[in-house]
Amino acid sequence: MMVDIQGLTKKYGSFTALDNLNLTLDEGVVFGFVGANGAGKSTTFSILATLLSPTSGDAFINGKSVVKEPKEVRKLIGYMPDFFGVYDQLKADEYLDFYGASYGLSHAERQVLIPQLLELVNLSHKRYEYVDLLSRGMKQRLCLARSLIHDPKVLILDEPASGLDPRARVEMRDILKHLKSMGKTILISSHILPELAEMCDEIGVIDNGKLIAHGNVATIQQQLQGDKRIIVKVIDQIEKARRFFEEDPLISSIELLEDSNSLAFNYRGSTEDQVQLLRKALLADIPVYALREEEKDLEDVFMAITKGADIV
Amino acid sequence: MMERFSNPVLMKELKLRFRAFKSFSGLMFYLAVLCIFVAGFLLIYTQFSGTGFFKPSDSFMMFSILSVLQMGLVMFITPGLTAGAISTEREKQTLNILLTTTQSSTQIIIGKLLSSVVFLILMLVAGLPLYSLVFLFGGVSPSQFITIFLFYLVTLIAIGSIGIMFSTITKKTIVSMIATYGAMIFLAGITAFFFFIGVSMEQMSAQPGNMQNVTPFSPITYFWVSINPGALIITTLYPEMASALESVVGISLPIWIVYLIFYILITAICLFIATRKLRANMKTNR
Repeated sequence: MMVDIQGLTKKYGSFTALDNLNLTLDEGVVFGFVGANGAGKSTTFSILATLLSPTSGDAFINGKSVVKEPKEVRKLIGYMPDFFGVYDQLKADEYLDFYGASYGLSHAERQVLIPQLLELVNLSHKRYEYVDLLSRGMKQRLCLARSLIHDPKVLILDEPASGLDPRARVEMRDILKHLKSMGKTILISSHILPELAEMCDEIGVIDNGKLIAHGNVATIQQQLQGDKRIIVKVIDQIEKARRFFEEDPLISSIELLEDSNSLAFNYRGSTEDQVQLLRKALLADIPVYALREEEKDLEDVFMAITKGADIV
Repeated sequence: MMERFSNPVLMKELKLRFRAFKSFSGLMFYLAVLCIFVAGFLLIYTQFSGTGFFKPSDSFMMFSILSVLQMGLVMFITPGLTAGAISTEREKQTLNILLTTTQSSTQIIIGKLLSSVVFLILMLVAGLPLYSLVFLFGGVSPSQFITIFLFYLVTLIAIGSIGIMFSTITKKTIVSMIATYGAMIFLAGITAFFFFIGVSMEQMSAQPGNMQNVTPFSPITYFWVSINPGALIITTLYPEMASALESVVGISLPIWIVYLIFYILITAICLFIATRKLRANMKTNR
């Protein structure tokens, strides 16, 4: 496995920022880290990036301990923090050259790599521009190129799309997809949850320092199936419909929607049970013209999980 | 081969420093002060007519005052160059990225220090044409000149190290700046004050009958004067003053040796602390 986090805990006095986090990721996996502000995402990433020592536990990148072998770990990771600055008086290629040298690459190696990386992040035309004159999206892409200069096996990207306009976000997503195709193991946190769903092989949901769900998006959605939300639309007789559905033992939390011809309820039954329910409703002369399951995207998954239920 | 010894932080800092306008304005200010002093001195001694004599002893006097002035300028400028070395990176949010590279803490700290030292050496070298006037009129030996420059180097490295240390252990550049200037004022001013207080107290506590004699003063008073950069310059230029001080205190340890030991120790301690504290959030400092 490429990333192995074992019982990672970080405390600041009495406050626990990270509580016994366990996580393993295989090589080439794109892992999306989801959580509210202050949930512990950046703390986890800071520990993995060897910027912060855990209070207890350890994490291993390709078998190297972030606590005991930080210098070895730094060779394996490319880190992009959520907030970062640039050196005002450096040009884009000099910026990459400096970091290349900082990772011990020779001048010849850097001269070959820099144009390739600028090409990768679509910044070839800005090679000789001062970094502080670039737009925010360009700076983000340049920082991503910087994190790739030593060809790391693992990329740790903390909110790489934050503050970007939609076009810049799409460009960033395309670059990340390309990196995924290159076989990099990518850990990425984002507030833009649907974007993660599209890109990630696995997601982890963290809340109050605890990893409360981990798996692929479909798996986590399955964990929520017991609480699937059904919406029923009727032509009229909404009160009759309401009484009918209230009698079903698999239904709970029934509510009338604003359009006054629709009902929503939580349903614990299977898909077959759902078919039976519709048949019974029609036989009972309930004028149902639509019955559908409310789609849950990653945002809903996150909201449902962080409500307080310990699903995992 | 050269690449093995190159320091990326040093190269980057030099590039940034020499592209910044404030570096050139600082250099201009420094040379302007020296020019005004030298021109003023020459004009006063030649009575504003250009026809007066300028003796070698006058030239030595000019060299002495110029040396103290230059030491003052070096001490004034060094904190400004070093006290923001790390804290500015922290404030600009570039430090975290730098710390995730494979450069060691020592490499980063040394790179930061050397870039400031190199710039200060450039300042000293830029001032050499003004010093050449001293040689034009004679009165100063090259060895004295070299000795003074070596002491400048030791002093600026030590104050630079203090600046780097405060810059590493404090979060804000302004705090680091105040602390470094405070340390500089202590070394340049408070030590002199302590020396005079010590001498006065020992004079007062001396027997009234022995007032005619030279009152010996304690090693601690000697220590205060030994670590004062101004006192070092004066005793280097006027060795008889150093001998007098040594004979009074009864310690045959020259002031310049105490000075060197103290400032080398300060440099070592400050750089050690800075290196240890750079990755303060990591238990291991690698």
